Amino acid sequence: MALTSNRVDVPVIVDESKCLDKCKACIEVCPLDVLAKNPDTGKAYMKYDECWFCLPCEKECPVGAITVQIPFLLR
Amino acid sequence: MEIINLEVDFLVVGGGTAGCMAAVKAKQKSPDSSILVLEKANIRRSGAIAMGMDGVNTAVIPGNSTPEQYVREITIANDGILDQSAVHKTGLLGFDVIQELEEWGVKFQKDNEGKYDLKQVHRVGKYVLPMPEGKDLKKILSRQVKRNKIKVINRVMATSVLTQNGRAIGITGLDVRSGDMYVIKSKAILLCTGACGRLGLPASGYLYGTYENPTNAGDGYSMAYQAGAKLSNIECFQINPLIKDYNGPACAYVASPFGAYTANASGNRFISCDYWSGQMMLEVWRELNSGQGPVHLKMYHLDESTISEIETILFDNERPSRERFHAGRGENYRRDGVEMNISEIGLCSGHSASGVQVDEFMRTSIPGLYAAGDMANVPHNYMIGAFVSGRVAAEHAMDYIKDIDHGDVDSDFINTERERLLAPLNNPNGIPHTQVEYKLRRFVNDYLQPPKSPKNMKIGLEKFIDYKNVLDELGARDPHELMRCIEIHFIRDCAEMAAKASLYRTESRWGLYHYRLDFPNRNDEEWMCNTIIKKSLDNNEMTIFKEDLKPYLFDVNLNEEKYDVSVA
Repeated sequence: MALTSNRVDVPVIVDESKCLDKCKACIEVCPLDVLAKNPDTGKAYMKYDECWFCLPCEKECPVGAITVQIPFLLR
Repeated sequence: MEIINLEVDFLVVGGGTAGCMAAVKAKQKSPDSSILVLEKANIRRSGAIAMGMDGVNTAVIPGNSTPEQYVREITIANDGILDQSAVHKTGLLGFDVIQELEEWGVKFQKDNEGKYDLKQVHRVGKYVLPMPEGKDLKKILSRQVKRNKIKVINRVMATSVLTQNGRAIGITGLDVRSGDMYVIKSKAILLCTGACGRLGLPASGYLYGTYENPTNAGDGYSMAYQAGAKLSNIECFQINPLIKDYNGPACAYVASPFGAYTANASGNRFISCDYWSGQMMLEVWRELNSGQGPVHLKMYHLDESTISEIETILFDNERPSRERFHAGRGENYRRDGVEMNISEIGLCSGHSASGVQVDEFMRTSIPGLYAAGDMANVPHNYMIGAFVSGRVAAEHAMDYIKDIDHGDVDSDFINTERERLLAPLNNPNGIPHTQVEYKLRRFVNDYLQPPKSPKNMKIGLEKFIDYKNVLDELGARDPHELMRCIEIHFIRDCAEMAAKASLYRTESRWGLYHYRLDFPNRNDEEWMCNTIIKKSLDNNEMTIFKEDLKPYLFDVNLNEEKYDVSVA
């Protein structure tokens, strides 16, 4: 099977200057489990483009580092 | 892939609305029993009400309505196909649930005299009770689970029900982060995994832009089917009037008590009742196909303070991203109607009436296996019905397990299931789940979206059966992708059932939900019955047959009381 990687505009945007290295609040509450820590930076990011734009990640972030956009296809 | 073995007395699969209530009620009834909630996500924010709920649809409050009136209303709204004794439970116990939720800190709207501020949205009675502060409902529920010291395992998805001599004895599961396999023995199992929300493909083409929480992929429908349980009336789809392109409802049922209404392009009413029913969806479909579309929720005729109040409810609850959706498009309710469209199809008894067949104690046809919430076929059950069915199932199960020992797990079955789970991981360069799922769900739209045509459904059924071979080509690079791959197995099972059942019932019923172009009329003489799907345990073939309705508790003359919501 031949595979390629596509660029995708993802809904969850993380402000890395605010995101706390040791905090996993957003990762723990995401119903779709699409968020993860970047092992190089310690910051959260959207690893899988499977978002219900339901907002628990944004609401539960203690430092307001997350903004959820409506996915491009629906925007 | 390690195998983790556990043993409990009562296992709740799915920690949503029904599951949280079931766990608490089981613990209260039997404090010494071991109870486990297995949750694919995290119970703090999972299930259909992850971000709260703006009201309840089926509140039977003394002084406003009676359980009998409620059963009559749902009997008529669901064209007579129901087990009244199960619907009656929602009417009988709903008020208890509301009072208990209040004790837990949930707030319901009350009038100046402190009475419940019920709204009429249904055709006859008042059953809608707003919860303008319902945004933290799920947090409150999960706090109760914690307070009762109930064990919860998050991020493990059940994949199959274990049986022994026709009795349910446990489940297998997949840790969606570590990839470990769980084998959990339990004396009784409650499946409450929600709707099949990822059946049709939304018009946007975004796989997860569904009406239902997309974690709810029909897991329980599929697992119950594969275990040999009966499912009923799967042809009665869930179809909703949603905001065009957005995944949320326009919420006429919230806004109509304030004077808003569903209107056609000329701004005129074309339905007399905003309660969601197949008949209402058929009127919307007709209007859209009559040159009078698009249809919209009309609020622009209301005054500023009323619109602001509606916005506060709609932007804060259930779908809080709604505000930014409109803002992105420069839309304002003071000037613009909320353009609406017909949603993708799904399966959900919480809204319509298809699911795992249950009796009034939420027992499935398999001893030891219960079902509750959106996946259990108790018509139009909504959130209060999920709470009630979870409670009823748990309380019954705690009696059932008293004289039951654990079963013996079939190691051959476990090995086969382990191989099924490992297959995509062993094929990391296989076809990605996104493409496999997209194509399957596009076929669902192409061949099953009502109105239904016989040849289309036959082609669909063949394609869904052939698609088993495509599932063998799935590739996953990590446990998360494996979860999505296994969910496609659930979705495929649901698609095959939906096609099979829709072909079988050769009449039209439930408005748009089962509108057949070749049999456009209701035929009570032949079809006032359940259609049952069941896996033949001899040859694993899908079988379908008719089954009589249970005798009604309350007589309803369906010839005289037609459910008609068109504006004459």
